[in-house]
Amino acid sequence: MSGEPKGKLALYWAASCGGCEIAVLAINEKILDVDALFDIVFWPVAVDAKVHDVEKMADGSIDVCLFNGGIRTSEQEYMARLLRKKSKVLVAFGSCAHEGCIPGLANATNRRGVFQTAYHETPSTENPEGVEPQPKTQVAEGTLHLPVFYDTVRTLDQTVSVDYYLPGCPPEADRIWDAITAIVGNTLPPPGSVIGAETTVCEECPRKRNEKKVKKFYRTWEIIPDEETCLLEQGLLCCGIATRAGCGARCPQVGSPCIGCYGPNEGAHDHGARMMAALSSMIDSTDPEEIDRIIRDGIPDPVGTFYRFGLAASHLRRAKTADGNGSLAKK
Amino acid sequence: MSDETFKPKIVAFLCNWCSYTASDLAGTARIKYSPRVRIIRVMCSGRVDPSFVLKAFALGADGVLVAGCHPGDCHYIEQNYKTMRRDVMLRYFLEQMGIEPGRLRLVWASAAEGQYLAESINTFVADVRTLGPLNWSDVLHDGVRREEAFEEIAAEHAEAMEVQP
Repeated sequence: MSGEPKGKLALYWAASCGGCEIAVLAINEKILDVDALFDIVFWPVAVDAKVHDVEKMADGSIDVCLFNGGIRTSEQEYMARLLRKKSKVLVAFGSCAHEGCIPGLANATNRRGVFQTAYHETPSTENPEGVEPQPKTQVAEGTLHLPVFYDTVRTLDQTVSVDYYLPGCPPEADRIWDAITAIVGNTLPPPGSVIGAETTVCEECPRKRNEKKVKKFYRTWEIIPDEETCLLEQGLLCCGIATRAGCGARCPQVGSPCIGCYGPNEGAHDHGARMMAALSSMIDSTDPEEIDRIIRDGIPDPVGTFYRFGLAASHLRRAKTADGNGSLAKK
Repeated sequence: MSDETFKPKIVAFLCNWCSYTASDLAGTARIKYSPRVRIIRVMCSGRVDPSFVLKAFALGADGVLVAGCHPGDCHYIEQNYKTMRRDVMLRYFLEQMGIEPGRLRLVWASAAEGQYLAESINTFVADVRTLGPLNWSDVLHDGVRREEAFEEIAAEHAEAMEVQP
C-alpha cells in the first residue's frame, strides 16, 4: 500500500438514526485498514471537516462516498446533490438510503401530520404557544433559516443517481467489509447493483420447513415458538420469505421473526407486495369472510408490517392524505 | 363526485381460460362494454402479483379489475383461491394507504359469461366514475421551492466560514 496515493472516502448521514455510523465501526480493527487505504475527507460523526470544504472540492474528487439516511429536508437533498457531484462512486449505505426504512414510514402521513404529533400531541410536549419550526425566522440580527421539511421522505436514488446499494438496518459488518474489499480490489458488480446476496433469508435460516398452512397469525408476544419449525408455519409474521439474505438469519435463529430490514430479494421491487403475495398463498381458507377475519385479527398494521423498511421505495411510495390535516383520506 | 367528463382509466387483468374467453365471447356476440378498460391477458388470475395492482395505481390507473374462473373451476386447480386472498389482503392495505378499496374489484366470470363480464365491467366503470380520479402522481407533489432553499443553504455555509476581523 505504501507509495500509492490514498483514495478519498466520505461518509455522510441524512434522515437516519446513527446506527449505520456505528455499523461502520463494527468492522472493528479493520477500520485501521480502511484508514490505511483511504483519506477520510468528510465524516461529520468522526472527523472535523466543514461542508464548505466539500463545496470547494473539485467535482469527482472523492473516490467513494458511503451515504446513509433518507431524504426528508432541503438540507439533506442539498447534501445528497453535493456529494453526488463530488464523488466518483456513491453508495446508498443501509436501509434508509436504500429504501427509506423507519424514517420512510412518515410517508404514512405528511408534514402536517408529523408536526401535529411531534409539536402538539405527544404527552411529553409542552407547547402552549403552538410554536412550530419555520423555514425562515426574523430576529433582530437578521433572518434565520431552517431546512424545509418535505411532505414525502425519499430514498437516495429518488433524489440523485446512485451507483451501489448496501442494504440492511444496519448493514452487517461482514457485508460492509465485502463492499470495501470489492471497491478496493476493483471487483464491484455492474453499477446499479445491490452489493450482497440475491436469495432470501430462508436460505440462511436453519429452521425446518414444511407445507405452509395457517389459520391464525400471532404477534410475537402471543406465543412462544418451538425451536425447530419455520416461524411462518407457526403463524408468526416472519418476513424472511421475501427478504434479501445477507444477515445470516440472525433474528429467526433466536426465535424472533424477520422484520425485513434487508429489503426485497433480487428481482423483486416492492417488498410489501411480495409479503402480501406470500401470506395470501398460505392462509388456509377459501371463505372471503374468514380470510378477512384472519388478516384483520392477525395483522393490525399492514403498512407497518409489510413496509416497515420499504414504504418510501414501494410502488405507491406514500399514503394519500386528506387535504392538509395529515389524517388519512376518508374511505 | 360524479363527473360525466371524467374518463376513468381501468386496468383489467383477465385469466386466459375463463374471463378472457368471456370477453372474447362478449366481442363475438357484439355485447358492448365500456371502452375505459384496458385488458391484460394473464394465464391465471393467480398470476396477478399484488405488485401489478399497486404499480397500476402508481402509474395512473383509477381502478383495477381482476377476473378469473369461478372458485373450484380454476384451470390450475386452486390458484384463484390465492387471488381471492390477495384481493382481501390488498383491499385492507389500500384502505390504510388512503385508496378507496372500491377501486379494486374481483370478478369471477366463466368462459360462457360474456354478458355477465360486460355488465361487471360497466358497473365497475360507473362505480370508479363515482369515486372520481385517483391521480396518484399528484400525491407525491410537495409544493416546496427547492432551488431557492438550496441557494440559501449555500449562502449560509459561505457566511458561516467568514472570519471576523
